[in-house]
Amino acid sequence: MSVFEAVVRPGSFDLLINILIILVKIAVVLAVVMFHVAYATYFERKTIGRMQVRMGPMEVGPHGLLQPIADMLKLFFKEDIIPEKADRTIFYIAPIVSLAAAMSSLAVIPFFEDFVIADINIGLLFILAMSSLGSYGIILSGWSSDSKYAFLGGLRSSAQVISYEIAMALSLVGVMMMAGSLNLSEIVRAQIEYPTGIYVIPQFLGFFVFVVAALAEANRAPFDLPEAESELVAGYFVEYSGMRFALFYVAEYIGMILMGCIAATCYFGGWTIPWYLLKVLPFLKYIPGVIWFALKVYFVVFFYYWVRATLPRYRYDQLMSIGWKLLIPLALANIAITGIIKVMVK
Amino acid sequence: MVEFLFGYFSVVIVIVSVLVVTSRNPVHSVLWMLLLFFHIAGVYLLLNAEFLAATQVIVYAGAILVLFLFTIMLLDLREEIRLGPFTGGWPAALAIALAVLITVVAGIWGLKPAYIGPWGIKEIQTETHTKALGKVLFTEYLVPFEIASVVLLVAIVGAVVLAKKKLKT
Repeated sequence: MSVFEAVVRPGSFDLLINILIILVKIAVVLAVVMFHVAYATYFERKTIGRMQVRMGPMEVGPHGLLQPIADMLKLFFKEDIIPEKADRTIFYIAPIVSLAAAMSSLAVIPFFEDFVIADINIGLLFILAMSSLGSYGIILSGWSSDSKYAFLGGLRSSAQVISYEIAMALSLVGVMMMAGSLNLSEIVRAQIEYPTGIYVIPQFLGFFVFVVAALAEANRAPFDLPEAESELVAGYFVEYSGMRFALFYVAEYIGMILMGCIAATCYFGGWTIPWYLLKVLPFLKYIPGVIWFALKVYFVVFFYYWVRATLPRYRYDQLMSIGWKLLIPLALANIAITGIIKVMVK
Repeated sequence: MVEFLFGYFSVVIVIVSVLVVTSRNPVHSVLWMLLLFFHIAGVYLLLNAEFLAATQVIVYAGAILVLFLFTIMLLDLREEIRLGPFTGGWPAALAIALAVLITVVAGIWGLKPAYIGPWGIKEIQTETHTKALGKVLFTEYLVPFEIASVVLLVAIVGAVVLAKKKLKT
């Protein structure tokens, strides 16, 4: 079913009900994801705090649990400053482009069995398209701020995102070939049928490329050069303040959660767990699929923090040579190997 | 509903295309073009060509236009915006545009619907567009596809050769 077929069906009453259902789904997904974004920041500060033998936020609420709410209120009441020579229109829309691109990708993620806002055939391609749109937010904010730091951050980011997008798309091709579909729900269903239950075991090479490219795509350490605070202050969003800054921040965390969702659906079997685990521990089947999905996403998000606390930032030329000389050849090799094995097994 | 959406897409495409060529600021032009690409992708979706729609966004918006933006951002725009147009003589341009318009309209007048091949809309809906396109491209049109790949490869190698500094011998 194409996008329009799914939404537009004969009969205006059906159409209204369809639209209503989709709106409710959107509201649920947005509420849950925004809650997760707020507490992802808390989780990050706590995790990194523990890794550096600190306590992390402790002041607001028990164990600092209300810290995200305090942060939000603070950002909300901050003054909105716009540089005098900024290109105002573009300065205004840049954070919105960033956020919209990150949020619209959530529409094709199957969070559990039969729960997906838009069950489209080209789910994975849609995500790739939206992530390439996301880079516009970064480039435009860097350019429109009329500031050296922001501009350099924007330039770095555009080069980085373009390079790593190729590696990420190529690494996902292995999964597409094994599942024979671009629909994310179909990919999860194909994994249930597969002997190992999850694609990360046969696709370990593709998974490695995906994980590294995902770090770079989300501008996270050790590839956070667009916002390297020791040289560029804060990179592309250095001139933004208050709510506009918060929009970029939210977009970055949604991007991170989104990468977790893609990893969970494409490599870890989405809302399912492998059959051999069910055989050993049969009571696990009473746990709803959404919990498994969430746990897988939390693991990936934790992995992001873990890497951030462990690895130093790469140099820019190192970043580029890793992308073009290591990840892309590896991803191409993975495609060739997957193809050969698929032909031989048949 | 489909007619309404098609009307929306085509009107926006026309307006935005005009804005692309009339904007004084090249960055704004690029942004209007981005909007244009998204609406073209929308038209592809209406034709049940979802794979084409996605590649349209990924390749044109995600790769080519970003490189455009990359180049334009490095220009000195404050000077650029104040410059007058490079070419004069709008009557000549108008005459050429009108000639093209007449040719296109005459072409549309003589349009006859072609025969429907093995891949009608029904078949594509059951098979999904990506699969249908892949099958046709890698069986029936394999040779043209390979030739296109070689041409692209030549372009890439050529670009690298041109960009590379001369080695000291």
